[in-house]
Amino acid sequence: MVARIGFVAPIVVYLVLFFGYPLVSNITMAMREFTAASFYTGEAPFVGFENYAAVIGDPVFGTALLNTAVFTIASLAFQFAIGLGLAVFFQRYFPLNGVLRSLLLLPWLLPLVVSGTVWRWIYDQEYGVLNQVLLGAGVIDTAMPWLSSTSMALTAVTVANIWVGIPFNMVILYGGLQGIPAQLYEAAALDGAGPWKRFSAVTWPLLRPVSAVVLMLGLVYTLKVFDVIMVLTQGGPANATQTLTTWSYSLSFQDLDFGAGAATGNMLILLALVFAVFYLRSTRQSAGAAAREAPRRRVPRLPRGRSATGGARASVAAAGEPSATEQERS
Amino acid sequence: MAVHMRVRRAFRTVIAIMIVGVLLFPLYWMVNASLQPSSALLETPPRWFPVGGTLDGYRQALQSQGRPLINSMVIAAGTVLLTLVLSVPAAYALSRFRLPGAGALLFALLLVQMIPGIVMANSLYAVMNQAGILGTHAALILADSTLAVPFAVLILRAFMVTVPAELGEAAMVDGAGQARILWSVILPVSRNAVITAGLFGFLFAWADFLFAVTLNSDDRIMPVTVGIYRFIGAHTANWNGVMATGVIASIPAAILIIAAQRYVAAGVTGGALKD
Repeated sequence: MVARIGFVAPIVVYLVLFFGYPLVSNITMAMREFTAASFYTGEAPFVGFENYAAVIGDPVFGTALLNTAVFTIASLAFQFAIGLGLAVFFQRYFPLNGVLRSLLLLPWLLPLVVSGTVWRWIYDQEYGVLNQVLLGAGVIDTAMPWLSSTSMALTAVTVANIWVGIPFNMVILYGGLQGIPAQLYEAAALDGAGPWKRFSAVTWPLLRPVSAVVLMLGLVYTLKVFDVIMVLTQGGPANATQTLTTWSYSLSFQDLDFGAGAATGNMLILLALVFAVFYLRSTRQSAGAAAREAPRRRVPRLPRGRSATGGARASVAAAGEPSATEQERS
Repeated sequence: MAVHMRVRRAFRTVIAIMIVGVLLFPLYWMVNASLQPSSALLETPPRWFPVGGTLDGYRQALQSQGRPLINSMVIAAGTVLLTLVLSVPAAYALSRFRLPGAGALLFALLLVQMIPGIVMANSLYAVMNQAGILGTHAALILADSTLAVPFAVLILRAFMVTVPAELGEAAMVDGAGQARILWSVILPVSRNAVITAGLFGFLFAWADFLFAVTLNSDDRIMPVTVGIYRFIGAHTANWNGVMATGVIASIPAAILIIAAQRYVAAGVTGGALKD
């Protein structure tokens, strides 16, 4: 028994040191006036909930919260819809299917800084290809300041993020579709169901558990998107693309007000936690279906998820989890 | 009928190629820009193909980003090593033994992956500052391992539970201890899962920007993600060099797609056969 514990002891110590301790220190930090000087003097007076009050009272807070909501909801909706469309399309057999499908994963594996940089070049006001094409086609008659206009920047950033997240949605949903027994489609076809009817009566209901997993994971991961926004706009112009994540960064590492940054971060955790709980409950409820069907076998071994940074990581865990426990029990 | 079918399939392939073309256009555009002289990038209309291109961008990239590329390599390799050392025994134990609190541990591994990176960065900054290791490779390796370790334990465990218990039992009858069983029996069988976990660990660390930009005040250990970020700031007009750096920084991802394709596929069929 002692020897057996020796195998897991390092990971437990690791979790406590590298997740537990930082999390606790983040909570206490948020209750102190913690500035750059605190690192040298060690003095950080206790201020209770003042940091939270200051953060919530800041006019940027409302903007950041709204931006986070718009960015997250729009990203999820489009990533999911496009991902599902592609998954359905690639369900059917045709030559080169596998090669093309794996090529589609490329945007998802690139460092986000690289993707962000490419989009910044595409959006460039003077020389970017987007403006050049739109001008050439006569859609617009002056070059658009995609990233430097307060009214367009959030949309531009969201579009780039949608592009990053499509492969993740496609892969997981494709796995889900593969898990739907072909007999159901044959039976539906025999009953005279057309393509749309087959989708709405067979695909959609049976895909629901997997859809829930994708959406919840996407949500948790989109909340913490950082790289794409930093490279494209750094939260600007005039906070037009500031989200809770980027704002927390700028409070801590630019204003050097670590207490306020920690407070914002803790609120972000709370948000993520609320959705995580929803997610875990929805997977538990549909554990039977979800685990027996698609994700069990396919998701765990497919190249990684990264709606923003690391999507399928948790889905691997989540989806692999119930099936594994089932096996142990049986 | 057969001909009709073949035409339809060919038609689908054409559509699929078009879809892939549209979705991968930004990547093409990066490669295209990386091969053109800076002056050509400021022309209207843009040059759609890098005809008569130049490798100047790559020369610049290697000159200014040589050190960051090496740093990224060191940090990513260190992360893989640390991740595997920590996760292989843990995954083995979680897949084989009945341990008290194993469920809680798995749940914790799942949950910590949902903690926003900025929160980790904020608190790790304070912790590492106290420990006096800010601005070292070790700081970034430790921070990046928080991205890879929970993932690796879960993916390795998911694979190891599919390895028949009899394999280990046979070795035990021969007098092997648990460590020996893990090393000589389970690990060779789980090779593909270990490679997959390692490759993803490499990629997580290679792609990390948040920890690199927050936990690092020293240019000497700056990885390439921060290098690119600063490069844009400093030379906005020099898209050619920036894009060449981007292409170089994408190489590990491209390799992963090719390599993981093989190992991942092997994992899928391997798992399927055992079920």
